[in-house]
Amino acid sequence: MSWVWSHLDLIWSSTLAHVALCVPAIVLGFAVSVPLGYWASRSAGARGVLLTLGNILYTIPGIALVVLVPVVLGLPILNPVNVTIALLVYAVAIMVRSAADAFASVSADVRGSARAQGFSGPQLFWRVELPLAGPVLLAGVRVVSVSTISLATVAALVGIPSLGGFFTDGFQRSFLTEIITGLVAVLLLAAVFDVAIGLIGRALMPWNRRQRLSSAAAASFTIPVPQTGGR
Amino acid sequence: MLFLQAIQWILDPEHWSEVNFQAGIAEELGDHLWLSFLAVVFTAAVALPIGLYIGHTGRGRGFAIVVANVVRAVPTLGLLSVLLLVSLTIPPAVFVFVLLGVPPLLAGAYAGLEAIDRQTIDASRAMGMTEWQILRRVELPLAAPLILGGLRGATLQIIASVTLVSNFGINSLGDFILGGLAANDYVQMTAGAILVTVLALLVDGLLAVLQRFATPRGVPRGRGASTARVRRLPVPNRAPVSEGN
Amino acid sequence: MSITRRGALGAAAVAAALTLGLAGCANSNTIGGGSSSSPASSGGATASGDAKSIVVGSANFGENEILGYIYGGALADKGYSVSYKPAIGARAAYLPALQNGEINLVPEYAGSLLSYLDKSANAKSGDAVKSGIDAKIGTLNAKALDFAEAADSDSLNVTASFAKEKGLTSIADLAKAGTVTLAANPEFATRPDGVKGLQSVYGLKNIKFKAINDGGGPTTLKALVSNQVQVADIYSTTPSIKQNKLVTLTDPKNLFASQQVVPIVSTSKATSDLESIVNGVSAKLTTADLLDLNTKASGSDKPDYQALAKAWLSEKGF
Repeated sequence: MSWVWSHLDLIWSSTLAHVALCVPAIVLGFAVSVPLGYWASRSAGARGVLLTLGNILYTIPGIALVVLVPVVLGLPILNPVNVTIALLVYAVAIMVRSAADAFASVSADVRGSARAQGFSGPQLFWRVELPLAGPVLLAGVRVVSVSTISLATVAALVGIPSLGGFFTDGFQRSFLTEIITGLVAVLLLAAVFDVAIGLIGRALMPWNRRQRLSSAAAASFTIPVPQTGGR
Repeated sequence: MLFLQAIQWILDPEHWSEVNFQAGIAEELGDHLWLSFLAVVFTAAVALPIGLYIGHTGRGRGFAIVVANVVRAVPTLGLLSVLLLVSLTIPPAVFVFVLLGVPPLLAGAYAGLEAIDRQTIDASRAMGMTEWQILRRVELPLAAPLILGGLRGATLQIIASVTLVSNFGINSLGDFILGGLAANDYVQMTAGAILVTVLALLVDGLLAVLQRFATPRGVPRGRGASTARVRRLPVPNRAPVSEGN
Repeated sequence: MSITRRGALGAAAVAAALTLGLAGCANSNTIGGGSSSSPASSGGATASGDAKSIVVGSANFGENEILGYIYGGALADKGYSVSYKPAIGARAAYLPALQNGEINLVPEYAGSLLSYLDKSANAKSGDAVKSGIDAKIGTLNAKALDFAEAADSDSLNVTASFAKEKGLTSIADLAKAGTVTLAANPEFATRPDGVKGLQSVYGLKNIKFKAINDGGGPTTLKALVSNQVQVADIYSTTPSIKQNKLVTLTDPKNLFASQQVVPIVSTSKATSDLESIVNGVSAKLTTADLLDLNTKASGSDKPDYQALAKAWLSEKGF
């Protein structure tokens, strides 16, 4: 335990590095997946192609993706952006599916009546479909956030700072305290992100507030191909 | 280009028996599959009974959700580091991957039962079926596609993640990726990644076929199977890969 | 009414998400750039601007990280702005990073460095290794500074009981041990002085290889002691060799060349001031120091590498 107290600064800097790897991946993953998911919900063909592609991308082992990103894109080897891009790929692979499900959950009747009221295409999307898909999108982002944070630890295998460094270093020195510190830090960080995303969702979707908390969680629970991290 | 070279690397028969004095593709593939298989079997042994219990009784749902979400946040690399530091053997590794597989399968089992129209269950009960009979003869067959969907998710996940054990000296296809990384051999690394991906997709395809056979006649394979009550929640998909068909 | 409100919020959500995303992107370059002890130069390839700002890299095992902190610490004391990228990985990962300027200084081991630079090299003596390195290191846009006296070689170890059972004292004796599995870092499979060298130099055809990615650390040791492997490559300055009464096989044909510590530094940073500071450190670094540092690092109180480096520097009067 004393090791933890004397290393709070290291834990903090690793946590910041970890957050810096994850946040852009989660946010951009969301921004990319919403239009793709919308497209998939509108066209069966697009759905098939996008979801199959997502599945294939998802099965690429994490270490391989982290290592191959700089080779394929010609980026410097030790650039943290490599890890972020790899995380972004996984985030999109997961999120497109839940975005497609989210938009598919908006009933045709609702869309029809909005049309009848004279809503144009963009109006229909921004004012009707996106808000109604909101709760399921939110649940999807929560899954993406948790799995991204746990997956980002593989950065340690390629020498990029993250909370995963506690795993590799602790393992080399057979130092359980250090590994467990890293584990706890990752779990806490995931919990903080989950709460924060939940709060953002509440602020943006006040109409969803009264819904039982567990139903959002239930949605995230039943997202297909649920992902855990660490590959 | 890199991709084509990697395919050539895989097709080279020498690499199937030995790669840089180490186990070749055949042996690593076998070890990778065996470890994955053990993990999937134990995942099913843990997640199915719990998932069916929750789905049938409706009890313990909130608890399972919390547990599944926490489990999902556990980084595999970290847990492997802890357990393999304690004992460098196969059982702790299997345990880690079981943990990885439980959330999707649990979700599939539980959502599969939840998605069944309550009227169907009530009707069975009115016919005098016992709870056990309802579970076996009504709920299980109707939920089979979703349960298998969950199993597919778990399997995909496990096969992709088993790669990590190579970092700790246990055989898996990850040896090609880490060996390639250490030797700056991107072709071998890509080949390793392709092998894992193809293996995962092949096994997934097999399970998809099984899933198709498991769907009772008269049960729509699409999302229409869900009732109005759960319609707004995304239901685990029965066919992530074959969906394009 | 309520629908309009939802729409506006939906739009706000996306807008917020996008801004956050961009902010996040900008951040990832600065925060994640490395665990730096000074705010300067963490931006990867662009670090080579100022000759007094140095990025020190290291391989992914404890001793090398400590050495990185020792050289970095000495430079920081003399007014350099030093940042660290520790535990990058194997030689094939950190040397390309040196080549493209992402790191500027890395502690190396002479023999292994030479065989990385020149696959056909067979120099064994210190001077021959030095001139071999000097001839080739330009390709890394780098320069090798003075060798330290300290050396940390690869060494092949077996358990005392296995040595007794098979009558092993030298690497050549492995020929009579039947098929044996050897554990080492993954690069040992492809290094010229790895398994290939065992074949060509000692004529050993009975070696199976098992990669364990911990630099001869606890897992390798565990695999050896539990007979999952019979031979393990463990760096000669690792305390566990003595602690577990392992038998280090002698290397009569000098497969493993002189492995003196040699710091290598980007040509663009190699001012005479920097060279004299770094050479001053190397001049005081002994093999006994390495063994001592490794023993402390693996001790039960798990001191920080950086603290160990600092203690060594002050003990030696820097």
